Order: sequence, then C-alpha cells, then structure tokens
Amino acid sequence: MASTALTAPARSDWFREKILLGMDLRTYLRSLATPLNALAAVLIGLGFTVLVYRFAAGLASATNLSQAQPWGLWIGFDMMSGIVLAAGGFTLGSAVHLFGMHEYHPIVRPAILTAFLGYVLAVVGLMADLGKPWNFFNMMLTPGSTSALFEVACCVLMYTTVLLLEFLVPVFEWLGWRKVHARLEQAMLALTVLSVVFSTMHQSALGSLFLIAPAKLHPLWYSPYIFIFFFISAICAGISMVIVEGSLTHRIFQHRITGAHADMNKLQLGLGKAGAIVLFAYFFLKLQGVAEGEHWDLLLTGWGAWFLLETVGFVLVPSLLYGYGARYKRVKFVRAGAVLTVIGIVLNRLNVSVIAYNWDKPTHYVPSWMEVSVSIGLVTLGVVAFRWIANRMPIMSEDPNFAGSEF
Amino acid sequence: MKLSRRGFLQVAGIAGTAAAGLGASTARASFHTSLDAKGENENAMLVDTTLCAGCRGCEAACAEANGLPAPASDEAVKGARRETAPEVFTVVNAFGPIGHDGDDRFAKRQCMHCLEPACASVCMVRALDKTPTGPVVYHGERCLGCRYCMVACPFEVPKYQYDKLAPLVRKCTFCPSRQAEGKKPACASVCPTGALTFGKRRALIELAKGRIYRNPEKYLHHVYGEHEAGGTDWLYISDVPFEQLGMKAVRDEPYPDKVQGALSAPPFVMTLWPPLLMGLYAFSKRRDALNGNHHEPGGAAAEAKKEDRHG
Repeated sequence: MASTALTAPARSDWFREKILLGMDLRTYLRSLATPLNALAAVLIGLGFTVLVYRFAAGLASATNLSQAQPWGLWIGFDMMSGIVLAAGGFTLGSAVHLFGMHEYHPIVRPAILTAFLGYVLAVVGLMADLGKPWNFFNMMLTPGSTSALFEVACCVLMYTTVLLLEFLVPVFEWLGWRKVHARLEQAMLALTVLSVVFSTMHQSALGSLFLIAPAKLHPLWYSPYIFIFFFISAICAGISMVIVEGSLTHRIFQHRITGAHADMNKLQLGLGKAGAIVLFAYFFLKLQGVAEGEHWDLLLTGWGAWFLLETVGFVLVPSLLYGYGARYKRVKFVRAGAVLTVIGIVLNRLNVSVIAYNWDKPTHYVPSWMEVSVSIGLVTLGVVAFRWIANRMPIMSEDPNFAGSEF
Repeated sequence: MKLSRRGFLQVAGIAGTAAAGLGASTARASFHTSLDAKGENENAMLVDTTLCAGCRGCEAACAEANGLPAPASDEAVKGARRETAPEVFTVVNAFGPIGHDGDDRFAKRQCMHCLEPACASVCMVRALDKTPTGPVVYHGERCLGCRYCMVACPFEVPKYQYDKLAPLVRKCTFCPSRQAEGKKPACASVCPTGALTFGKRRALIELAKGRIYRNPEKYLHHVYGEHEAGGTDWLYISDVPFEQLGMKAVRDEPYPDKVQGALSAPPFVMTLWPPLLMGLYAFSKRRDALNGNHHEPGGAAAEAKKEDRHG
C-alpha cells in the first residue's frame, strides 16, 4: 500500500510529461479541440465505421469490386501506393547509414517513422480487402512459394518488423531506456542492410505481381521489366516523399527542432539532385519499355495520352524541375517536382493495378464512396499518428541526453 | 564498432537463415509437379462445338452434381451472353447465325484445367492445386481471399463470392470425385449429341486431329487448348473461328513461366546485396576517417566516456 502511494504521483507525473505534453488532463483535452482535429476525428470515425460495416456485411455491400475487377482502391491505393510512398525509409536510411551521407542524418527519423506508419496502414488496408484475412497464417502452413504475392507478403512482414525496430530507437530515447537503446543501436547497421534487402525484393515484387497478366494489363504498362520499373520508381517516390514531408513537418514541428538545426533548403536541394537523376533514369526506362514492346502506335490512342500524362507530366517534368531547382538553387522548384512525383507514382500504381487493368472491358470500376472513405480514414490516421508521435518523441531531432547517437 | 559488428552478425545470421529458406522456396518457380510435362496422361475433355445442339443439359447436370441452383430457363437466357458465376460453373452460349449452314453455334464455357495453371502458381497459400490426374482443385479452408487467382487466370474463370462473409473462389471442379469413381464428369455423362468426350488427353488430341483430318473442309485446323496457356485439359474443335465463339486468343507459353525470371531474383538479392552494401559502408567509413570525421555509432561521446572511465 505504502509503495503504491509513493509511486502513484511519480507515475502521474510521467504520464503528464510524456503523454499530455506537460499539461493537466483538462487543459490537454481542451487543447485538442481544434477544427482540424474535429475534421480528422470525423474522417477516421467514418473510415472505421465503414471497416466495421465491411466485415459485418461483406465486400459486395461496401465495395464496387466485381468478377472483372477483383482488385480495387484498397489494393491499388492503400497497399500498392501506401508501400511505395513509404520507400523513403530504406532510401534515406541507406544513404545516411551505409553510403555515409551524414548531412541527411537529421531527416532519417521522420522518414523511418513515415515508412513504419505507411506499412502498418498498408497492411490494415490489405486486411480489409482480403476475403478471409483470418486465414493469413496459412501462408506458413501451406506456403505458395511460386507466387510473387508470397514474396511481397513475406518481405513486407519482415521489413515492417525491421522498421518497427528502427523506430524503437527514438521510442527508447523517449522512455529513457538506455540499456535496450544501446543494444538496438548495435543492430542498426544490420537493420539498415536488411531494410535495403527486403525493400529491393518487395518493391520490385509488387511489379512482378502483374507479370502473370500480360493480356489484361494495357500493353503500355505491361512490360517483362515491370519489376525493375517498380523498384526504380520506389526510389523516386522515397526521395520525393522525404522532400514533401520534410517541407510540411519542418514548418509544423518547428518547436520540436532543437539543437542540431538542419538547413532544410540545402538538404532538399541535394535530394533534388538525386531525384533528378533517378527520375530521369526511370523516364528513360519507361521509354525503353515502349520501345521494347514496339508500342509507339499506341501512344496516339486515348490510353496513350493517359500514359504520356503519367510519364511526361509526372516523371519527365518533375525530373526537369528537380534538375533546374538543384542547379540554380531554387528550392521551390525542387518541392514542386517532389509533389508532382508523388502524384505521378500513385497514378502509376493505380494505373497498373486498377485503371489500365482489364482496360478493354466494356464496364469500368469506379470505387464506392465507402472504399474512398476507408482510404481517406487510413491516411488521416497516419497523419494524426505521425503528429502524436513527433510531438512527444525525439523524431525531428535526437534526444540531447542520447547525444552522439548515429541512428 | 566492435559491439556494433557483433550486433550485425547476430541479426544478419538470424535474417540470413530466414532469407535462405525463403530464397530456396521462391526459386522453385516452375510448376512441373509429379505429372509428365505435356500432361498426356491427364484426364481431359474434348468439346466438338459442331456437335453441340445447345440443349444445356450439361448446365443442369453440373448444377445438380455440385449442389448449385438449377440454371435459368431457355427463354430467360436467349440471346444473352452469359458468364460463369460463383453459383454457375458452366454456361453454354449461343453464337450466330455464324455457321456455313446459317445456323447458330454453341460454346460451353468452364474452367480449362490448365496443365500449368496460372491461378495455382500465384496462390500464396496453395488453395488452388493441380492434381496429377488433371483437375485443378480448390481448398476453400486454406484460401485467404486475395483474389490473385482471378487476376492471373487468362481465361477469366475463377469467380468470387463477394456477397458472403466467408467468401470462396468458385469454378468448375472437373468432378474429381466422380473421376475417382471411374465416372465421367457430370456434364459429359448427360451430353446427348456426343459433343463432350471424356478421356486421356493424348487420346483426345488424336481424336480431335482425326476428325479435322477427315473433314478438312469443315473444321478449323486448330485444337484450342492443345497449346493455349501451355496446354489445357479441356480441348475444343470448331468450324468457325474460336474468337466468334467468345473464346479468348491466349498465348501459347505457360503463364507461370512469365514470372520465373523475376522470382529467381531474391536469392541473388539476398546473397549479393549485404556484402555489396557492407562494402559501400566500409568505403564511406574510410572516407570519413580520411576526412577526419567521426560518424560511428556513439562515436565521439562514447570515446569520451571511455576516457573518463580510464581516467
């Protein structure tokens, strides 16, 4: 009894400092009542309600999926796009920890947190889409190892674990657990290597998924090298997401950035240079894909216009914006390039998995409002979770008590 | 750095073991199982579309054998192009008049039971499985409902119970239990015109080619299913182009082969990436050392602490 009486105030202090940001409960709750929070609550609540309804009433009542369109928004956006937009984790992690680009160290943690949240939400989206998600464990009992989806699932599972471990570094700093923090730091190099290994495999395997459907995917998007396209575009997406997210978070979390203050503009110009090169390589590869299949004539069709919009408007143009911005130190051009690239990569994933899939069918899939609301709800949840974590844990900068930490 | 390397080895060891297992299994991408390469001894079915009278007795027999709702009446389906569905494993559609005689032609649709089924090759829980005797069977209790089989099937056969809470993939089963009893599949057992012939695949291909050679003016010189998608256990002959019977022009090579190149990559990634990346890491560290920077984990601070302890 005596001991609880002694520890109770200490615990509540801890709760107040670590969770309530130093406010008492009432002040904290009042601080939450903002219009943006209300909007977020509505969006998340709606998405969650639809999810419950989907499991209570079945896929048919919540989605517009059909026999001709087995994969819709939840696969095309939540999973395919969710995973590719989370590629900043391994891209930046390897740049800093393996290739020695230490100047990017200040933005590794937000990139890894974004990646971790992105993967978790992608898995949630996938679970909503699976007809019988509770049978997931059969992947271990009767593994279908000839399936590209098996490779995706295994690697995503392992990479999400790696991301969780990488994310635990700031969590342990937040909690002040020095011992496990030190143990984890010893493993960080290996974790970074593993993040590249698993990412290479599953980012490209997401493209391999469609190798089996040569007659169903529009020839402009189908290529025997689609898995290489997917891997290279994942790096483009990773770099661009880091820029977009850096611009947003740097403004929003200004108060959290103490100590080693990063020159965000300089970093973004550097990332823009890398982005220009990788995006141009990707554009060239896409061109190569058209040449390889001799599909030049298809460029003059309606689908060709759509393909050109994706590859010129959202690959070549941002690549030039990146190049111009990096060359003439105009960070606004770099940021514009990043936004265009992010849109373009999402467009590419949607094109491959939903829009240009079964393109010659008379009727076309349009997602239901319920599918859209789940996707919006998940994205909102990701943003809210990021903000909650970044406001408490050493994400935007390291905990000064753990100074000298490389990771 | 000493500790860091040990940490690296520990984690890399665990991951390497797991990765090697994955690599070994994903490398086995070929879909030749115990059956012979051309499936000649598999049970198969020959559909002679010139003999089909469109009575739809096979539809009714299929529904009865599989416990499905009875097919709609003749009037209800006239002129409609029907697809198979979760509760309809086979349909006979009328096309025409397209024959030289100015008559309709009829084409039965159902699962083609490929020799190397795309659906089974992409199933990550092996819920779809090619049996040595021919049928591609489905294990609903394994299925997790990803619907990749539907994406993969070039014949657009697997159909999904979107309206069920524990939905299943549904398609023609090729009546494996009837086959095991030595009986014909339900559809073939009731066909009154001889349009459906059940037998060994090798014998049926000979039968089909015999009919074509004896009536070269009548038949197209093509056995649909002999090479399509690497060969199927359902074979068709016709006197009108197969496209006019609503049958897709499907490539000849086995579909699982298309993925093999990409699927053989993981072992290389797993063996080549780590040493390459560690090499780059060593390189960047050496560069740092030459530049006089310390960027090791816990570098300067840890160093200072050690000094303290010694002091």
